[in-house]
Amino acid sequence: MNALARVPDLLAQHLLLALAALLLGLAIALPLAVFSARNRLVGRIALGFASLVQTIPSLALLALFYPILLSLSALVGGGIPALGFLPSLLALSLYALLPILRNGVTGLANIDPAVIEAADGVGMTATQKLRLVEAPLILPVLMAGIRTAAVWTIGAATLSTTVGQPSLGDLIFAGLQTQNWSLVLTGCIAAAALALAVDGLLGLAEHGIAKRKRGLIWGSLGTLLVVVALALVPALPAARGTVTIGAKGFSEQYILARLIGHRLEAAGYKVRYREGLGSAVAFSALASGDVDVYVDYSGTIWTNQMRRSDVPPRDAIVRGVADWARDRHKVTLLGSLGFENAYAFAMRGDDARKRGIASIADLAPVAGSLNLATDVEFLERPEWAAVRKAYGLSFKSAHPYQPTFMYRALASGTADVIPAFSSDGRIAADGLVVLADPKGAIPGYDAILLLAPGRADDLRFQAALKPLVGAIPVERMRQANYMVDRDSDKASPDEAARWLERGLAR
Amino acid sequence: MPEQSRSVTFKNVSKVWPGGVRAVDGVSLDVAAGSFVALVGASGSGKSTLLKMVNRLITPSEGAVLVGDAPVDAGPAPALRRRIGYVFQNVGLFPHMRVGENIAIGLRLAGEKDMAARVAMLLELVELSPEMAGRMPDALSGGQRQRVGVARALATGPGILLMDEPFGALDPVTRDGLGRAIRALHDRMELTTILVTHDMAEALLLADRVLVMERGRIVADATPRELLAGKGGAVADALVAVPREQAHRLAELEK
Ligand SMILES: Nc1ncnc2c1ncn2[C@@H]1O[C@H](COP(=O)(O)OP(=O)(O)OP(=O)(O)O)[C@@H](O)[C@H]1O
Ligand SMILES: [Mg+2]
Repeated sequence: MNALARVPDLLAQHLLLALAALLLGLAIALPLAVFSARNRLVGRIALGFASLVQTIPSLALLALFYPILLSLSALVGGGIPALGFLPSLLALSLYALLPILRNGVTGLANIDPAVIEAADGVGMTATQKLRLVEAPLILPVLMAGIRTAAVWTIGAATLSTTVGQPSLGDLIFAGLQTQNWSLVLTGCIAAAALALAVDGLLGLAEHGIAKRKRGLIWGSLGTLLVVVALALVPALPAARGTVTIGAKGFSEQYILARLIGHRLEAAGYKVRYREGLGSAVAFSALASGDVDVYVDYSGTIWTNQMRRSDVPPRDAIVRGVADWARDRHKVTLLGSLGFENAYAFAMRGDDARKRGIASIADLAPVAGSLNLATDVEFLERPEWAAVRKAYGLSFKSAHPYQPTFMYRALASGTADVIPAFSSDGRIAADGLVVLADPKGAIPGYDAILLLAPGRADDLRFQAALKPLVGAIPVERMRQANYMVDRDSDKASPDEAARWLERGLAR
Repeated sequence: MPEQSRSVTFKNVSKVWPGGVRAVDGVSLDVAAGSFVALVGASGSGKSTLLKMVNRLITPSEGAVLVGDAPVDAGPAPALRRRIGYVFQNVGLFPHMRVGENIAIGLRLAGEKDMAARVAMLLELVELSPEMAGRMPDALSGGQRQRVGVARALATGPGILLMDEPFGALDPVTRDGLGRAIRALHDRMELTTILVTHDMAEALLLADRVLVMERGRIVADATPRELLAGKGGAVADALVAVPREQAHRLAELEK
């Protein structure tokens, strides 16, 4: 299975990210701990801040660094990457701060005052006292904090996938989307094993320190160093001459990324994938060149990036997006793939018939007694605001789910209405009815191929992808999506992409 | 080379703690170079506060402290402290260092190499066997720990030895032995020694001069002989009366 082939590479990236974050965390936390122990006010502020960071969900913390770095980059005139390694590193370092800082401060506070008096009494300077007495005495406590930080960081690093930094989270998020539980499990087990291994090595070092066994200390830390060096090997040469293909976090995107990848490989490019990108993050990643190519949807760019609330016809939106992307971001819109993936309100077929609902207009009067299940972002999207305003929709309840579970919620009756995706294979498979939008409140969502500024003049690159334009009708996309999403006889995104390729319109 | 012994001078020294406690109240005092002075007094009378102003662990609120002719705050505190030995009740041995490393710490700070011979000599000085150098402090008895503390304080050959109840937690036999050992070291190394103690008998037997403190002031300043002769004033007499009474009763028993 080709997902397993990615494990070593992802493991290496994961380890490098987590350890870099741990080291940065250490570099900040150690001086801060010393400072905090000497000055009560600094201590209270530092510990308060670190605890506060800890209460921010790690997913949100990672996401927060994106706008922060973006505005910082704008401030200094560009050049600071807002995606990928840097935001992941910073967020995870903040996360690593608390256990190290807390243990450092407690360790220093708990040193026997007589020992400190003796250190002063024999004439140690503050630095000597720190080096000869305080540091060695708090080392065991500090080491325990470092181990905690290491385990936390390795765990939280799985989330860096969402800001475009490859990690074992790639497997977990891809698996969650395509309901490939063995992929999820592989990611989880690999991350857990990594955490246990690093914790074990640090534990050995700690034991070596406590028992004053130099061999053990250098043996364990040396092993860690060798592993890091090994992890660095695949990470280095990947940087040049490789095409990065982006994908947001759902099946269709995974399939299309593979489709693009296969064509580029056939044209002689080396490719790698950045999958599971957040919707807001994907376009910026492309504009900044972190990603070379990905598929987005015209309506998404129209409403989210361009902040337009009018709803012109489909082709006008595509044209508008093409002009805007070129003028504002030097991004090339190579063309539409030929299908639409719009938000389409859907209900269970029997339920819709029983209630006599065929359009969103029919839905509005009874919505107050119905439950809405959505994907994680729909309730915050301008489309929802537009639909709500156009039809005066108000549901009894509205809960966000991962897309897979959104369909489950509808099928099980937990929800009565969902904003389905029009290209989703589960619409037909689950016997859902798509409600009409007579007022045209929801814009068109043509799947469009977007290329990074650096590929604007790359004719070989464009020639390789041009045949995809207008080549994928919605029925085939639905079928391909369903191959991946269905519960039994599942295909991998890669296999579904191959199936799509075989039927490409010439 | 042992540093030449030095005098210690207090010039109208006071210490007021935040909160208003006047721990030391206008003390003026000359401790001659080479003398052995005992400082006695009730708990809270300001003995430790006065002592720690010599090696700047405490800064006076008013007045000046001089070692030799120089005010203690003329240079950096660590440099001053390396010339003054300091032993206190809790000893504060560095728990992560072997006994030998503890003793040699002052030499290490001074950048000296090849300290093994010095350590062996210092262990002998405080009547401990040389093999102790390899032990960790938690493998020592209380008395042994105190001896190591003394060895550490004397390692750099200081001219002044400050001791704050160094025998406080010891049994009487160990206490007596260690007291004698210290007096011998004092004589041999020509130290200026200030010993804070609760025990008037100990003060009378070891010191050349006994100071009695009460509420931050020195209320008696006399030789042991003068104190025993009742020339120290009321507070001193009360303190001397206890061991004298005990000695008389013991003598009675022996008859
Ligand atoms: N760091 C401090 N902050 C505030 N007050 C202090 C401090 N150290 C000592 N004091 C106060 O100063 C006074 C004298 O204390 P000091 O330790 O000098 O007494 P002492 O004679 O050594 O007593 P003991 O025989 O119990 O050791 C006491 O009232 C004590 O509470
Ligand atoms: Mg005291």
